[in-house]
Amino acid sequence: MTAPTDHPEPVTSTEPVAHTESVNMMDHLGFSSGQGLQFGMYSLGDHLPNPADGSRVSAGERIREFIGYAQAAEDAGLDFISVGESHQQYFASQAHAVILGAIAQATSTIRIGSTSTILSTSDPVRVFENFSTIDHISGGRAELVAGRASRVGLFELLGYDLRDYEELFEEKFELLNRINREQKLSWRGQFRAPLNDAEVLPRPAQEPLPIWRAVGGAPTSAIKAGLAGVPMVMAHLGGTTSSFKPTVNAYREAARHQGFDPAALPIATAGFFHAAETSQEALRGLYPHINEGMKRTNGQGMPKQLFAQAVDPHSIVNLGSPQQIVEKMLHQHEVFGHQRYLGQMDFGGMPYDQVMKQIEIIGSEIIPALKKYTASPTPASALSASAANRHAAEEPAR
Amino acid sequence: MKLVAISGSNVGTKTRTVMEHVTQTVIVQDPDVEATLVDLAEVDMVFSDGRNFTEYTGDTGRVTRALMDADAIIIGTPIFQASIPATLKNIFDLLPVNAFRDKVVAMVATAGSAKHYLIPQQQLQPILTYMKAQVVQPYVFVEEKDLLRKQIVNTDVIARLDRLVEDTLVLTQTYASIREAKDAAYGF
Repeated sequence: MTAPTDHPEPVTSTEPVAHTESVNMMDHLGFSSGQGLQFGMYSLGDHLPNPADGSRVSAGERIREFIGYAQAAEDAGLDFISVGESHQQYFASQAHAVILGAIAQATSTIRIGSTSTILSTSDPVRVFENFSTIDHISGGRAELVAGRASRVGLFELLGYDLRDYEELFEEKFELLNRINREQKLSWRGQFRAPLNDAEVLPRPAQEPLPIWRAVGGAPTSAIKAGLAGVPMVMAHLGGTTSSFKPTVNAYREAARHQGFDPAALPIATAGFFHAAETSQEALRGLYPHINEGMKRTNGQGMPKQLFAQAVDPHSIVNLGSPQQIVEKMLHQHEVFGHQRYLGQMDFGGMPYDQVMKQIEIIGSEIIPALKKYTASPTPASALSASAANRHAAEEPAR
Repeated sequence: MKLVAISGSNVGTKTRTVMEHVTQTVIVQDPDVEATLVDLAEVDMVFSDGRNFTEYTGDTGRVTRALMDADAIIIGTPIFQASIPATLKNIFDLLPVNAFRDKVVAMVATAGSAKHYLIPQQQLQPILTYMKAQVVQPYVFVEEKDLLRKQIVNTDVIARLDRLVEDTLVLTQTYASIREAKDAAYGF
């Protein structure tokens, strides 16, 4: 979809590439083309019972559901689909790269990613090989979102020391980005064997492979993403949209501080999504899945009082009628100026047909409205274009 | 209703003696309450390393889960160096930030000196409120002179503990019924 027209020359230096030579990720991912806010769908890969009757599909069925989501999302016109890596109980996407390979084969236009790849407990060389391969199977549609894991059971399972939590990620993320930029590299670090003039193959179809950093709501890891000059995916469970603006500001400020152009760095937001005829129905449809699912995966549910606030127009949670969701998303877009939203709509044993219904509503009612308000007729700088366009358009009622 | 009583020290007998009495009092006042006493001197707890409480194993996993499943918690603490002991602080560090949401938590302190009377209020209560507990406002302060050979010998202390247990049970039931009514009103 966004195969770059002018590839940079392959870099053979073992030194980090100077920022001026780095690829403009906004152009590279096609966000500068005036297409407006992208809509994606993500799954953590959870495999939880449906709270309505306690039933749970088999792991095999759950894995095939992810592939089904991708096909339906592509048909409905969604821009992106992703599955996360998790190694704990109640998850089915331990081998998320394998699932993404199947999705790559089963689809033809939708972009494919990971939310997230737990880089801390993997070898960046193997991760790059996997995603490069997915990139080729998909014809240049692969993206990688690297995260640090919110649960730590996998450290024990995969033989890592939790005391290295921070450094494991930072070292591996830096190496992954260098592998992505440099055809051949020499590298030395704490957590894997040194690389001596090593060539990590296959080189991806997209040069470079789009690599994002997963960021929680707090500014600290957003700052790290900004300092590294990589795009960020900012995930949230709930709260007021404006309360996450400082995170976005910190990201852009950190990038600028380090000599990167924030206007060249895309931002995606990610969170719960559920559309129904009315906001009350949406609350009713989603709450048991979130509450029971979180109890199983986090040990604590979500209080109704907190969840009820998700219907507020200023809430970051995209829950309500399609019209209410469109208005919320436009508000979020105005506040953040982000390029892509990722909706999580399958959490907590949501039945397959209900997820399909969500995808259908997104395609038929939500995406057309979003594009109408955020797409600009002529390509322009993505940071300002969509906002300027929307200001010119009629202000949505709220 | 599930209630967990904690004896917060890994040494000495005073806090343990008082908390045994507290646990018995709970059972006498309401036999339907599932009351458990956790004596930190008898369990093998690891220090918190920041992981989610569900991911600890052994005694650490059992104790954190018991606390997270409790509706009410009565914390017994000695006073060490004008504060709570490290063993008790570690319990808080092992739990999530909102661990005491929808829970009623009461405090009992044992101390060698009356000069420590405000320590529970100044050192323990801020942690409990930070962790979203509904704290029972009065607390019971027990001095060394109130105890003799693992028995409470001051009947006034027994009376105060009786009232604290009653307040804890009543508040737990009250908050639970308020919450049930409120949750039902949301209609989802």
